[in-house]
Amino acid sequence: MTQKPYLHIPRPTARPGEVPDFSYLKLSDAGAVDRPPVTEKAKNIEYLSHQLVRVLDEQHEAKGPWDPSLDEAALVKALRYMVLTRAYDDRMQRVQRQGKISFYIQSLGEEAISIGQGLALAPDDMLFPSYRNQGLYILRGTRLVDMMCQCLSNTGDMCKGRQMPIMYQNRDKNIFSISGNLATQFPQAVGWAMGSAIKGEKHIAASWVGDGSTSEADFHYALTFAAVYQPPVILNVVNNQWAISTFQGFAGGERRPFAARGVGLGIPGIRVDGNDLLAVYAVTCWAAERARNGHGPTLIEHVTYRGGAHSTSDDPSRYRPKDEWAAFPLGDPMDRLIQHLIKLGHWSDENQTALEQETKTIVDDAWKEAVSFGTMSEPPFLDAQLMFEDVFKEMPDHLKRQRDELLALTGDTP
Amino acid sequence: MAGKTYRQAINEAILQEMRRDSTVILLGEDVAGGTGAGGEGDAWGGPMGVTRGLVSEFGVGRVLDTPISEAAYMGAAIGAAASGLRPIADLMFIDFAGVCFDQIVNQAAKYRYMYGGQDKIPLTIRTMMGAGLGISSQHSQSLYPIFSYFAGLKVVVPSGPYDAKGLLISAIRDDDPVIFCEHKALYEMVEDVPDEPYTIPFGEANFIRSGGDVTIVAMSSMVHVATKAATELARQGIECEILDPRTSSPLDTESILESVEETGRLVIIDESGPRFGMASEVAAVVAEEGFALLKAPIIKVTPPFVPIPAAPNLEQLYIPDVAQLIVAVNKVMES
Repeated sequence: MTQKPYLHIPRPTARPGEVPDFSYLKLSDAGAVDRPPVTEKAKNIEYLSHQLVRVLDEQHEAKGPWDPSLDEAALVKALRYMVLTRAYDDRMQRVQRQGKISFYIQSLGEEAISIGQGLALAPDDMLFPSYRNQGLYILRGTRLVDMMCQCLSNTGDMCKGRQMPIMYQNRDKNIFSISGNLATQFPQAVGWAMGSAIKGEKHIAASWVGDGSTSEADFHYALTFAAVYQPPVILNVVNNQWAISTFQGFAGGERRPFAARGVGLGIPGIRVDGNDLLAVYAVTCWAAERARNGHGPTLIEHVTYRGGAHSTSDDPSRYRPKDEWAAFPLGDPMDRLIQHLIKLGHWSDENQTALEQETKTIVDDAWKEAVSFGTMSEPPFLDAQLMFEDVFKEMPDHLKRQRDELLALTGDTP
Repeated sequence: MAGKTYRQAINEAILQEMRRDSTVILLGEDVAGGTGAGGEGDAWGGPMGVTRGLVSEFGVGRVLDTPISEAAYMGAAIGAAASGLRPIADLMFIDFAGVCFDQIVNQAAKYRYMYGGQDKIPLTIRTMMGAGLGISSQHSQSLYPIFSYFAGLKVVVPSGPYDAKGLLISAIRDDDPVIFCEHKALYEMVEDVPDEPYTIPFGEANFIRSGGDVTIVAMSSMVHVATKAATELARQGIECEILDPRTSSPLDTESILESVEETGRLVIIDESGPRFGMASEVAAVVAEEGFALLKAPIIKVTPPFVPIPAAPNLEQLYIPDVAQLIVAVNKVMES
């Protein structure tokens, strides 16, 4: 049987108007995947890159060797931050629609990744997030009002009006900035981890890219470096099935799971149910323990689904079925955690309603405060001279001259 | 004080800074170069031997050979800088910047600014540029003006061993990213260089020679072409003032204008291209701010607008030389 050479153009399993089809997703049952010791060599644990670590089963009970046995307080804390992240997203999405900010990106449906991983890592571990990791900033105590001010580019903006909305920064909490050029932070995270090892510290670094960004050269470069130097780093691929309008097959996901990208280099790759907070937490703890104890890097693929648009600049109803998320076999991470808490007897619908009301009030209050620092159309506005600061540590003469010329035009004084 | 080559001066600057500050690390392709090979200096220290001996003193944990991935070690150097280290990344040829451009110009250059001044990236990128070795246009370009375009980068172009040592120490101690461009034709050049560490500030031109008739602006190896031409021209009774800005960013425009005020004539000789290059920039500054000072049109002496050929005769024709400069100076003297 012969066949002519042909050009394979990946096509998603369903486009608008078609029936969602996730039969391509290889799932494992909750509790079915073995949990190897952190000292296990990469070549002995390749199965982790093909199976799917899951803890919560269909009955919302925690199962198997990866169950992190989190107590009630920890579970409620995780839920609280997931609800807060979603409430923040909801508000910011709406204010963008009202024209009050220029751009926004939600993390709807992916909250368990930022919250689960953020809880598993230590405060001194350095995070190099992607643009859908706002949960990390919120979990590490970045004030919502500060994040809103960043999106407004107003006088309260920690970036001083120099970076587009959602590219937050929180150096004090060990969260690096976000880059608009994709995957560039993967080699930086590896380098940070190399720095930590050179200094003899136990801090580890973690970074995130989407399934689409695994096509970027920096992803592959970073994996090579991680394989060569074995620094304490956790590299995460958030496979939410969609890179704007192209499905994960366009990044090569049809052939092998993204977690398997590490296997060829001798880096353990592990595939996890990204909508299962307990599994995400457990896998991250495992990878962090490996890194902290000198067993090197880990590549984690989080299987999840992008619940909303890529950003406020695209309309997913034009390129995927409207009901695709509802058909996603791994569900909604927030609902799954709520059901687990209810099953354990720690939570009720009343608790949930109260929590949602509380977070809505927190977000409302933060927005009121944020706009008091100015909006895109209402003062106060940023000083013109801020444009010239921080280009370098000290302002060179040519910038002082340009600043003075501009301020003379605007009638301000330096 | 002793006679040292450009290569030795650069090596000494790195060595002394690594001794002084344990956060300084060096990484790049072949910077250790045969670690553990034994023999003199233990390892060969890169294709030009500039980093020779460093790995024996500081070990493989501070002098890191890297996989062949400029983007990865540039990115890693940025990450290491963010972790509190002070990395020196060795970009073997400036031409290779093409494969790691984003990390340099969109990442390192902009972090301090875009993130509200919270971050610093104290990164020095050492790199080699210039024609003369017959290794054509992927290994010979003088691309430093490209980096000078970007706000947030400092660009250093030393013309000799003394400047190389002082400017490199300044670069390593600087809290902003610096591109340090070594000219490959200068590694054997000898000059008196103090044994102790010293710094040379950025943005301060060096007056190489004084003269009242014509101002010649030259950087890197072109300084030496200018010096030869000026000696020759002096015999004809034309006195040239030679200015080496030493850094293209920041650029000491004040000294250039000051000199043009004295001479009224300007010739710029540069090995970067004739369009959007260093010579064009200096000409633009003087045309804009010093037009009334000029007695004659400005002349740029630059290579032709072609990729750099490999054949030795063609390459020599490509590189701006003494004869071309003399013609240009005579021409501005006509007015």
